[in-house]
Amino acid sequence: MSRADAFGLLLAFIARLITGAQGHWKGCPPTAEQRIYFANHQSHLDWVLIWAALPRDLRAGTRPIAAKDYWTSGRFKHWITREVFNAVYVARQRTDDQDPLEPLVEALQHGDSLVIFPEGTRSAQGLPMPFKSGLYHLARQFPQVQLIPAWIDNVQRVMPKGEVVPVPILCTVTFGAPLTLADGEDKAAFLARARDAVVALRPGTAPERGPRPLPATPEDGR
Amino acid sequence: MGALRLWTVDQQVALLFVVLFGVLGLVSGGAALVALREGDAGALARRQQFTRDLRAVWLSAVLFWAAWVSGPVGATLLFGAVSFLALREMVTLMKTRRGDHRSLLLAFFAVLPLQYAMVATRSFDLFSVFIPVYVFLAIPVLSALAGDPTRFLERNAGIQWGVMVCVYGLSHAPALLLLVFPGPGGSGRGAFLLFFLVMVAATAQITQELASRRLRRRPLARLIDRDFSLPAWALGTASAALLGVALSWITPFKPGQALAMAAIAGGAGTLGDFVLQALKKDAGVRWWGNTSSVTGAVGLLDRVAPLCFAAPVFFHSVRWYFALKAA
Repeated sequence: MSRADAFGLLLAFIARLITGAQGHWKGCPPTAEQRIYFANHQSHLDWVLIWAALPRDLRAGTRPIAAKDYWTSGRFKHWITREVFNAVYVARQRTDDQDPLEPLVEALQHGDSLVIFPEGTRSAQGLPMPFKSGLYHLARQFPQVQLIPAWIDNVQRVMPKGEVVPVPILCTVTFGAPLTLADGEDKAAFLARARDAVVALRPGTAPERGPRPLPATPEDGR
Repeated sequence: MGALRLWTVDQQVALLFVVLFGVLGLVSGGAALVALREGDAGALARRQQFTRDLRAVWLSAVLFWAAWVSGPVGATLLFGAVSFLALREMVTLMKTRRGDHRSLLLAFFAVLPLQYAMVATRSFDLFSVFIPVYVFLAIPVLSALAGDPTRFLERNAGIQWGVMVCVYGLSHAPALLLLVFPGPGGSGRGAFLLFFLVMVAATAQITQELASRRLRRRPLARLIDRDFSLPAWALGTASAALLGVALSWITPFKPGQALAMAAIAGGAGTLGDFVLQALKKDAGVRWWGNTSSVTGAVGLLDRVAPLCFAAPVFFHSVRWYFALKAA
């Protein structure tokens, strides 16, 4: 086992110790198909959480997107994104002659799965912001790749903005049913539908049936 | 019995585990045979519930054995880890805010290790007051320094309560293991005491659940637990007391003392579980276990709750009654 693999295992163990990183596969089983996971983005830990929630054999083929200027600036940052996470680097500054999605397209052609956060940036809390169009373009170019919505719950409480040490609080990643781009579907409509699919996975929105349902409390009516 | 008394304490404890695992093995084997029979949906649900309970008993028996085998350090680490996981679950269900971050870090990474370090070093006097006195002050101070007055009392009370239940309460279980009694072999007797506590607390819990299902009396608090009734609770406590008398020969207690101690531990454990039900209802948890609809409910807290509440009451009753000093 290489040093990067060992470090990856250690990182996944810590993530599970602190957050539980439970993966709830509600709409699809965790299989080794080529997929684009898209999720809400609230914290720096989001990627690690999804990665730790995946079964171990799927982790190597599932890659995050990293901003090139930031994640290649230091030796450790470069090493961890390149060797441990096998990240796809994208340039944040847009140049005229290059499509910003090109590295992603390359990775998908290579057969890798991707995890993207279509909001583009971290939203403070609550519901996600409107999705950027990258997801739509990828969906159109790669109709055979499954689009899996995911909701990451509670992670903003683990490490609020400005703090460096995470507090142990349980988080879940809920994976939904695959989404497909309909024929001739409008870009805005598709992105809204994708966002709704992510939001619908929030725990508590669709209560499950338990063996002992709560009795209706008299306070409810007031 | 006479020959047994000549054995060393360690040999006696080892025999205890052989008997415990033997009985558990028989029960599991019987359950597997019963599972082969067909039955209606109600019987199936009951069997599933029983299988879940049995698995929890196995888990705690193995945990208990590992704690004894690995000595003071191992026992402390083991219960410390359970404490960490239980507190993690409890905090997840609280409505904490950003301003609580530092207090929570204190609770997890300073209070918890320190409390268990005090158990391992048998500093029982400091151990008893550390959380109720010193941490009681430290948590709200840190929280106030964060400068967020929203729901201040509620948030701090919640954190203090969580630390009391999951760290303070549970740390009394390994402390029992390390309690030293006067007389020859007095330092190894703690294992029997912990075993006694776990057995009477579990018996009280199981009897109370069975009784409430059979008796169907008026529940004490319908909105919190539709099964919990006074006669069922009294039956649970009484069965714990009877078992305590039957087990008194493995403890330093005389039968009368064992009766009282077992009743205290059993009654406290079932009431503790009742209190946790209220917490669950407030958090909107329908079902502990991985299928819960609320993030954070994984079911560990539910299993250790009776122990969290029974252990401190039992520990301090024993220590006060026998006027034991830290050795």
